[in-house]
Amino acid sequence: MTAAPEHAPKMAQAALADRIAPYMPVLLVPILAVLGFLAIPSTSSWLTLTVSGLAMGMMIFIMASGLTLVFGLMDVINFGHGAFVSVGAFVGISVLLMMGHMVEAPSLMLNLTALMVAVVGAMAATGVMGWAFEKVIVEPVYGHHLKQILVTMGGLIVVEQLIIVLWGPEEIYISRPEALKGAITFAGAALEKYRLVAVAVGLVVFALMRFVLRRTKIGLIVRAGVQNGEMVQALGYRLRLVFIGVFVAGSALAGLGGVMWGLYQEVITAHMGNHAMILIFIVVIIGGLGSVEGCFIGALLVGLMQNYVAFLEPKAALISNIGLMVAILMWRPMGMIPVVKAK
Amino acid sequence: MPDPILKLEGVYTNIAQYHILQGVDLEVPRGAVTMLLGRNGVGKTTTLRTIIGHWRAHKGRILLDGTDITSMPTPAIARAGVGFVPEDMGIFSDLTVEENMVLAAVSGPIDSARLDWIFAAFPPLKTFWKSEAGNLSGGQKQMLSIARVMAEERQLYLIDEPTKGLAPAIISTMAKALKDLKDQGASILLVEQNFAVAKALGDSANVMDDGRMIWSGEMQQLATDAELQERLMGLSLEAH
Repeated sequence: MTAAPEHAPKMAQAALADRIAPYMPVLLVPILAVLGFLAIPSTSSWLTLTVSGLAMGMMIFIMASGLTLVFGLMDVINFGHGAFVSVGAFVGISVLLMMGHMVEAPSLMLNLTALMVAVVGAMAATGVMGWAFEKVIVEPVYGHHLKQILVTMGGLIVVEQLIIVLWGPEEIYISRPEALKGAITFAGAALEKYRLVAVAVGLVVFALMRFVLRRTKIGLIVRAGVQNGEMVQALGYRLRLVFIGVFVAGSALAGLGGVMWGLYQEVITAHMGNHAMILIFIVVIIGGLGSVEGCFIGALLVGLMQNYVAFLEPKAALISNIGLMVAILMWRPMGMIPVVKAK
Repeated sequence: MPDPILKLEGVYTNIAQYHILQGVDLEVPRGAVTMLLGRNGVGKTTTLRTIIGHWRAHKGRILLDGTDITSMPTPAIARAGVGFVPEDMGIFSDLTVEENMVLAAVSGPIDSARLDWIFAAFPPLKTFWKSEAGNLSGGQKQMLSIARVMAEERQLYLIDEPTKGLAPAIISTMAKALKDLKDQGASILLVEQNFAVAKALGDSANVMDDGRMIWSGEMQQLATDAELQERLMGLSLEAH
């Protein structure tokens, strides 16, 4: 056998269009904001709607991020994800109601402390529920998509009925913590304090998820597992444990999203998670199944689109996001940032 | 033969309704390269995938250094010291070369001397260390797949067709790296269709047909006996 020749190939420089292509999904958010600016006659209205859209998008992202990872990692279609949103909202709001004096006090510190306790309670409850849900409902149907859809939808119905048994069938109207009520004025636009908080929370969650997924070994395992779970196991990692961890974390995030969503709408119902699932699925699909970054961008697009269209043409608001999904899937059938799956 | 590192005793593996392995017996000696040969579709890849636990043997035993690993889950088999390079390379395309290597070092950061050795064997990996693995050429991806199992010392290396579809220059690079691994005393079970590579690396050979082992012996004997090659595999090494 002959000796190996010098082998130091160079990568060819990609064309400009190819180099821009990966950033196109990110650019869609400012492009949509500019389109909104051009279409909405008043700058202050545009600013209010943009903050509102970003806040809504952040909350949808928080609720959807766990679902996209669960699908990407273990190929599980969890139609019951909305149950965690509802339970998170009910547990969190119940905790807030129990701390009424802190919520009603005109102190930002007390309000945020109460909110923090409520969020921790909701995330703990939905995390434990996620663990049980995965064990009892999801584990027996790995690899069977139709069964997954049926059984997780069944799980959602059961959880909704349990909420009705525990909290009653009526809608519960709630009031936001005192310091988070009202709005601040910026450039002539009224920006609701709560929406600004929602934007901040969403950014923190996204940054944390990015950090964990990009900078830690567990994140590497999750990202690798999304692409090729079999190979991750062949390297010696127990993917099953990783999956349970992701499922629990995703459920807890949905719980956090539920609390945020409930306070955003100022009313909670047993079916609120189920209703939110439409937007959640749109976001997960247009983002690219398994992609957290795609999910984040998709959520912002959906939030902005919903708010702009609701202002300009209220009757079209309902279908605007479906239209967005169709347009994006025609452009990129696997979603904006598709995850390369091993065959 | 001294105590083998791996022993398969009458292993049967079914995939759905297909009976792929039908009583495979195999011994892999320590510190040597054992070739697993045969035509396409005779069960070579299934044998490796059964050893690593991706497929379950429904009958028979698989012993790694005397320990029964037949029913062990894949991660436990890997942690017992079995490195696996699948036929499709199993590269994580969205991860960088560095991230692929970090994942491969299960017990901690890669030893720097070992990393230097890997870079010496596969210089392009150093060049593209921070690049996404999906952007590598086919040959570079194969280098990465081999480099990953080299990231830590293993008891046994299972390598499935490392030269498949590669240009001759890269095949030479690959063969040299495997030779380096062999010279360090590694125990390797290698599935290979390139007979020049098989002849250069193999100490012993096992030929499969129809889910069974039909011949086991010295690679040298197989390499020099054209009639035996023709009978076992329907081809002659003299053509290579």
